[in-house]
Parts: sequence; structure tokens; C-alpha cells
Amino acid sequence: MWKTILRRFLIMIPEVIILSLLVFLLAKAMPGDPFTGSINPKADPQQIKHLMRINGLYDPWYQQYWNWVVHLFHGNLGNSYQYQEPVTRLIEGRAGNTLWLALFTMILTYIFALPMGVFAGRHEGKLPDTIIRVYTYVTYCIPFFVILVIGIWIFGYVLGWFPTTGSISSDATGWLHTVGSRFYHILLPGLLGALFGTVNIVQYLRSEVIDAKHSDYVRTARSKGVPNRDIYLHHIFRNSLLPIAAFAGYSITGLLNGSIFTETVFSYPGMGLLFVNSISYRDYTVITALVLIYGILNLLGTLLSDIILSIVDPRIRIE
Amino acid sequence: MKTASNFLDIKDVSTAFKINGHYYDAISHINLQVQHDEILAIVGESGCGKSTLATTIMGLHDPAETKISGSVDFEGTDLLGLDEDGYNQFRGAKIGMIFQDPLSALNPLKRIEDQISEVMDYHTSLSKSAKHDRVIELLNEVGIVNPERTAHQYPHELSGGMRQRVIIAIAIACKPDLIIADEPTTALDVTIQAQILDVLRDIQHENHAGIILITHDLGVVAETADRVAVMYAGQIVEQGTAEQIFNSPKHPYTRSLLRSMPQRDNENDDLYVIQGNVPSLQKMPSKGDRFAPRIPWVPASAHEEHPEMHEVAPGHEVRCTCYKDFEFPDEKGSVMA
Repeated sequence: MWKTILRRFLIMIPEVIILSLLVFLLAKAMPGDPFTGSINPKADPQQIKHLMRINGLYDPWYQQYWNWVVHLFHGNLGNSYQYQEPVTRLIEGRAGNTLWLALFTMILTYIFALPMGVFAGRHEGKLPDTIIRVYTYVTYCIPFFVILVIGIWIFGYVLGWFPTTGSISSDATGWLHTVGSRFYHILLPGLLGALFGTVNIVQYLRSEVIDAKHSDYVRTARSKGVPNRDIYLHHIFRNSLLPIAAFAGYSITGLLNGSIFTETVFSYPGMGLLFVNSISYRDYTVITALVLIYGILNLLGTLLSDIILSIVDPRIRIE
Repeated sequence: MKTASNFLDIKDVSTAFKINGHYYDAISHINLQVQHDEILAIVGESGCGKSTLATTIMGLHDPAETKISGSVDFEGTDLLGLDEDGYNQFRGAKIGMIFQDPLSALNPLKRIEDQISEVMDYHTSLSKSAKHDRVIELLNEVGIVNPERTAHQYPHELSGGMRQRVIIAIAIACKPDLIIADEPTTALDVTIQAQILDVLRDIQHENHAGIILITHDLGVVAETADRVAVMYAGQIVEQGTAEQIFNSPKHPYTRSLLRSMPQRDNENDDLYVIQGNVPSLQKMPSKGDRFAPRIPWVPASAHEEHPEMHEVAPGHEVRCTCYKDFEFPDEKGSVMA
């Protein structure tokens, strides 16, 4: 088991190297420069060129890449051009917010989706199944940012039930109040993300349950005299969860990617919002750092999926 | 055949499946009896309704998609009148079933021990350690060499033959009176087949169970069965003792089956091939002999309009009268029994 994980981990090393190279080159390939927009438009073009030179932006790409990697190993992701702050500190302040929102959304998603999937599969072709199927397809068809905007308008603006921006209210003091306020701020984006992000899990689970229902081992279980309820509990549910478990690692990264929409619409100070802002300001150091982090998180997500799968499925276990 | 020791009495059972909103009979008007200490073989081609009969007895059909009529009297209870909970008192406890495909019939995520002891969870009040002992005993009984080890393994770690032994262990865990074995050896290679059949026979001697052995392999039948029922297109066309069926087969279908079986003394001849196919459920003729289209040289007048079972010897019954003058095309003119 540990061997498998270690081996999977070692495979990740070349993946990360290739990823970092791609990330770096793509960022360099973007048009524009980090200074033109932020300096007095009357400034001497020579001045900008000078800034570019002292920041090493005229060096050959491999030189720049090498410098970047060396700094990376020293825990130095560079300084943001836009914020004039170390990138590590920028990300530090936001990573928690993003993770918090992503985890909350994920837990809610599973709470909604698992019962729906099993229920739909169990009552295949009947009314509840039809309702759940229509529901998931409708949520799948509407672009997520549209949902967010409508959600903010109805629940944040018209009804005024939820805050519409930020991650915490400015007057929050004390431990309880702080946590409460943070929770209050992620409630609406989390609920919307979960209610409209169930389609994959529900559809997968539904078809797995239907398959399992007609499988030979379920017939064996019925011939043992196992009551229907226990057949679902002991045989169908666990087998149907396999692909969902395999999915879990990926879905975490999917949520991180989705946070780009959510955070932008909710002005929620997380990595997604930072990412969008950095792109509009050509803040190379931040962009490369974030893409690299998202990339590594994706790789970790697939690793996590493999680990989960090897825990739940004895056929994949390598002793 | 109706004697006091019949403990399974299948009377006039028909099972119809819903296809595109219409019900079509997969088996029609089946009458069969099984006694203790007896192996009844049901033979026929694929699609004859053998497995449907087995799953009907076990009550494994989805009631929304099937219509079942008749009665299955098992030790005084009509199984077909039971609800799910009632059926669960019999399934696994008094009736055990062995399935065709050992590769898919076990839950891939559960250890062998858990899969075997699950039967006992519902039908016995044994303690955990007593169940474990019974699992080991059962695995020994079905001929697994290292039962302690096997008990802790998962299905994918076992060979096909071992999995089939495990499935047999599940079926016999609660010493059922009736064991239904649906093609128990089809997916296994020949040497394993013989071993599995031996296991089945041993168990039967020990528990005095009745066994319904469903197969299309006449070799298996010859080796194990006491009585044989031949099914064609959802009907029983002939039944009798194994001796009667093998030594004096009557129905053209039985004779065709036997003739299409390789034998030592006809190794130079080509094997006989029955023309055509078993009719599909939707195209089942409503009257006449269902086998008639596959023996076209027999004149229509030889068949009954509504073929009935006729007793030709004590315990030996044949459907339709066409057997009387039936001969294969290449033996025309020769004298037939």
C-alpha cells in the first residue's frame, strides 16, 4: 500500500517539472508587460525598458526559467508586480479562504448528491427518478456564473439573507464571531455550488446503482434471503460508490477551478479572485505561482483518487 | 410420479415476461415433482426456459416485469403466494441456489467468509465464532484445500473453480432441502466440472436434499441425474428416469439432442445438427408442436393440435404423438421403436 503511494508520488516528479515548464512558457507568451498599465502614461519608454531589464525580463527564457526554479526551491515565488508584496504572502492569505469554501461546497454536494443518486437508481423510470434526472440536467445546462449572479440578486440583494461580498464582516471580533461570520459568508456560494454541481455524482451513481441492481452478485444475495433494504446497504451501495470514490480526488480540484467563478462573482478574497486579477494586470509572478499550485493540486487530486480507490476496492490493492 | 416423498410439486407454472408492453410466456404450464435424495436434471438448448424455471421457483423475478401463474408447493407452502419477506424465509434457508457464472456471482468487495456467513446471519442465530467454524467446515466440505486462507480472500484472488465451490458453500450453508443448480459447471473446464459434480453428489447424500440440476450438457446429465426433464421452447417435452431418457428416448427433440452428442462409437460420422433455432418469445406458436418447424420432414398430421403429455411407461411421459412415427431422414425405412 505505502509502496504504491510512494511510487505514484515519484511519478509525479517529472509531471511537476513538465508542468512548471509549460506554465512558465505560457505565462511568458502572454502579450503585454507588467509595467505599462501601472506607470504614469507619460513616463519615458526608456524607463519601462530599464525596469524590464533590472527585473530580468530581457534575459533568455531558459535563464529566466532557471532563476525562477532556483527561487522556487528557496520558497520564494517572487514579488507581485501589482501588489508589491511577496507572492507567498499573497497566497497565504487567500489559500485558506479558497480551501474552506471548496471543502464546504464539496461536503454539501455529496450530502445532496449521494441520496439523490441512490434514490433515482432504486426507483429507476418512476416519478422520483424523472424529477431528479430533470433537475440535474437543468442545473447542468445553466452556466454556473449565471446561477451565481441570479443567486446573489435573489438571496443577497432582494431578500437580503446573505452577504454578497467578502469572506468575513469587517467588525467580526472574538473567535466565535469570526468563525460564524466566515461560515455565513460561504453559506450562499457553497449552497449554490452544491445544488448546481450534483449532476456528475447523481448521474454516475444512478447508473451504477441500476447496474448493480441487475448484477449477478445481487441475485446471489437475494437467493440467500437477504431483505431488500440490506441488499442496498451491504451490496449495491458500496459497489456503486466505487466510481464516485475514484471521482472524489478529481472533484476537489474541479471545485478549486470552479472557485474562480464563485470568488469573482462574490468578490470573495481567495486564490480564484487573485488569479483573475493577476491575469488582467499581467502579474506574471502571481499567475505562474497560482497555475503551478493549481496544477500540483490537480496532480495531488488524482493521487488522492488512486489512494481512495485502492482503499475501497480490494481488486486494486497492491500488497 | 406423485408419491408421498414429493416435497417440491410444481403445478401448471407459467412465467411471462413483459416486452414492449405485452406479456410473452417464457415457460408455460410446467408440471414437475422433486423428491428427497434425487437429482432431477432439466435439459434443453439455450433459450428453452430452464433458467426462467429456476428463478421462478426462487422468486427472483421483478414482479413489475413478469406475470407468474400456477403453484409451487414446497413442503406444504405455495411459494408463489408469498411476499418478499415470506420468500426470504425460504431462500437461503430451505432452498439454496447455485449460479451459472462464478466470476460475477460473488460480490467483488466482500471477503469470502463474509459472503458465506451472510446466509447464516439471516437464517440462524449462531454466534460469530460458530459462524466462522461453520464457514471453515463448509469450505472443507466443498473441497477447498486451505479454508482459513480462502475465507479471508476476496473473489478476485480465487480461480473460477474455487469461486464455484464458494458459491456451492453459500448454497448449502443452511443445509437446504432443495438445491437448484443452474448450469453449475458450464463456465468451468472439464476436470473441474467432474470435481464440482462430485461435491454436489456428496452433499446430496449427506443432507438428503433434492437437487434440480439445470444444464445443456448431456454428459453431465448422464453422469449425475436420477431423473431427467427435457425442455423445449418453454415446455417440458419429455420426462422420465435417466435410464428411460438415455436408453429409450421418445420425443424427436430428445432424440435429436442425444444424436447431436459426440459418442465414442460414431466418431467417424458428422455430428447431427438440429435445424433452425428455438423460437423467440414473441414468435412462439400458439398451437401445434413447437418443435415441428425443426423436423420439417414429419407430416403435419403426425402432430397433435394441442400436444399433451402421454405416459409411455411408468414415470416416462412424452409430449405430442409425433414420436410414434418419427425417424431421422437418413434412417428412413429402418424400423423404429
